[in-house]
Order: sequence, then C-alpha cells, then structure tokens
Amino acid sequence: MSFLNDYIYYIGAFGLIFVGLYIILVKRNLIKVIIGLGILDTGVNLFLISVGYITEGTAPIFSRPGIDAERMVDPVPQALVLTAIVIGVAVLALALSLAIRLYQHYGTLNLRRIREQKW
Amino acid sequence: MILLVSFLVVAMLAAAIAASVFRDLLSAVIAAALVSLIASILFYLLQAPDVAMAEAAIGAALTAAIFIIAIRRTKRHEE
Amino acid sequence: MRRGLSILLLIVVALGISLSLGEIPFGRPKTKVGRYYIDEGMKETGAVNIVTSVVVNYRGFDTLGEVTVLFIAAIGLGAVLTGGGEKKRKAEPASLVLYTGCRLLFPLILIFGAYVFVHGHLTPGGGFQGGAIIASGFLLIYLGCRERRISPVASSLAESLGGLVFVVIGLLGIVLGGYFLSNFLPKGTPNALVSAGVIPIIYIAVGFKVGSELASIIDNLIEES
Repeated sequence: MSFLNDYIYYIGAFGLIFVGLYIILVKRNLIKVIIGLGILDTGVNLFLISVGYITEGTAPIFSRPGIDAERMVDPVPQALVLTAIVIGVAVLALALSLAIRLYQHYGTLNLRRIREQKW
Repeated sequence: MILLVSFLVVAMLAAAIAASVFRDLLSAVIAAALVSLIASILFYLLQAPDVAMAEAAIGAALTAAIFIIAIRRTKRHEE
Repeated sequence: MRRGLSILLLIVVALGISLSLGEIPFGRPKTKVGRYYIDEGMKETGAVNIVTSVVVNYRGFDTLGEVTVLFIAAIGLGAVLTGGGEKKRKAEPASLVLYTGCRLLFPLILIFGAYVFVHGHLTPGGGFQGGAIIASGFLLIYLGCRERRISPVASSLAESLGGLVFVVIGLLGIVLGGYFLSNFLPKGTPNALVSAGVIPIIYIAVGFKVGSELASIIDNLIEES
C-alpha cells in the first residue's frame, strides 16, 4: 500500500509512454500513429508535473496575505509543461495537414502500401 | 484519496489501450480525448491549476476537434 | 517479425525507465531554483501567481520562442493545405434552436476567455488558457452556424498586433531597463488588477495571438476546397 502511495503517478505516466510508443512502432495507419504521438506527449507532461510535487503541498499562488510559503510545490516544472502542451498541439496540427495532403496524393493512408509505390 | 487516484489512473490506462485497439478511427480519437481529460484531473490533484486548465482546453477539446475534421477529409476506418 | 522486434525494444526501454524511476523519490523537495522563485518572486515582480511570473518574467525569452513555434506551425498548415481540389459538399443549414443557441453563447465565451487572460497574474490562468477558450468559441460558431466565417483581415490583424506588441515591449526593455524584456513599469500593490509592471500587457498580447492563431488553424482545416 505504501508502494502504491509513492509510485502511482509514475506508473500512470510510464504506462502512457509505453502505450504511445507501442502505437507508433506497430500500427500501420498514419492517423493512428499521430494519435499515438499525442498520447506519448500527454504521458511525458504527466511525468514532469509529478516529479515537481511535494507531499501535502499547495498551489504556488499567494491569494491571501497570510499563506504559508514553506510548503508550496515547485513552480518551474509547471511553467515548462505549459509551454510543452501548446507546442504539442501545434505539432499535431501540422502532422495532420501533411496526412491530408498524403491522402490526396496517394489515395490511401496505409504506410506499407505507400512505401511500395515508387512515386 | 489514494483509492480515487488509483481508479483514475486505471481508467486512463484502459482508455489508452482502447485507443490502440479500436479499428474505427472516430472511436480511437474519442478515447484519446478521454485520456487527456483524466490527465487534466490528475494535474489538478497534483496542485497545478494552470496546467490543468491548459490541458483541459487544449488537449481535450481542440485536439479532438482537429482530429475529427482531419478524419472527415480522409478515411474513417483503419484498413 | 516486426511486431516481435518492437515488443523486445519496448521491454528494454521499459526496464531502463523503471530502474531509473525507482531512484526518484516522490514528494520530496528536489531543487533550489523553485525555492528561490517562491521566496523572492512576489517582491521582485509584483505578480501574485508565481507560475505567471516564471513564464513571463524570469523565463520570458522561452515564451517568445514558443509563440514563434506556434506561428510557424500555423503558417505551415496554411501553406500545405491550399488548392484542395475536392468536390464541394453543400452543407445543409442547422436548425433554428442550434443556430440561436450558438449565437447566444458566443459572446459569453469570448468574455470568459478575455477574463481568464486579463487576470493571469492574480488567479490561475493566463494568455495560453484564455486564447484556447477563445478558439473554442470560434469552433462553436463553425459547428453551429455553418455559413459564417471569420474575416481573414481581422484575424491576421489580431495575430500580427499581438506578436508586434510582445517584441516592442522587449525592445523597450533594452532602452529603459538595460536588458531584453526587463520589467520597467512600476510594480504597484499585490493583488490589484493594475500591478506587476509589464506582465499583464504581455499576457494580453499573447492571449490575442494564440486565440486568433488557433482559430485560423481550424478555419484552414475546415475549408472544403
């Protein structure tokens, strides 16, 4: 039970990274691969935030004048993950536009069949 | 408290495995949006409200919307 | 064969990650930089939200780079998707209830998004969250009232003005403060709306830019030839 208490967030993040890598390596449809990229992104962000957590901590906002500043969680990973989420959606949008263009050119989205054609 | 977090993590992993298994691409996209939503709740439980707001607005809503628009312009079923 | 090799590679990666994850203790303070930002953040910047002061003031250059990456992605998407050549599907008009409901909700969503990015230094929120909420409002208009489009002139004007204000404030920081993106306006009292120097102005510019960029991404994708 103490093991679960300590590592449940790490198990969740690690499971998402695992499933995302599996989809990218094994699946053949291009849109399925892009879905896997998105799941991998979410897993890495969850891992970064769970590293910066302090037990029995509070959010780093001084909303009232008498808040105890000793037990706030780390604000630096939150700032980095905020940037990473927006960049993730930009990469997904560009990848989807390239997938639409590929479909208009080849007529299929199966990676094995696209690789067999010469031009 | 730990029971709630374990239940959420198990639901998130089940949704991710379902996104990998479904052959209908529309169902896979909705499973991926469910993964983003549960990740947003976990961000809030880890005392990070800014990141939870960003993940809920961008990951759960806008990503699913652009996926569905892209699926509409290509095929719906995986071959 | 390919499936077996991938599963083998994944097992090796999984072993490596789990062995290194076991070394990281969960829930104990690890670095000293975060402690410095929490202790000195409110005195040096005047913002009450420490994550906002880290994103805009201490690491403001990274935010400028990220806004540039979003800009390049939106331009790349617009350049790739021109000239579709598909048959034009005539969209049937939506019912009256849906049309009126979407038109009623749209200004409320815009006001809520503006509230989130104007109060970024006092409450959880900021430019990126507010911009995403505004883009969701435009997505609602595209889904509910299907004949409306945002005018490209207004969208590109909002986007360019947002980026320009960010860079001009950075250059004014060199003139008035000595280094790029220095905080040259007075800090004011904490927890007031007009406080924290330059931070609310930068976040308003970022909110406009991110909102109009995400809306133009959706507009480019939805365009049926």
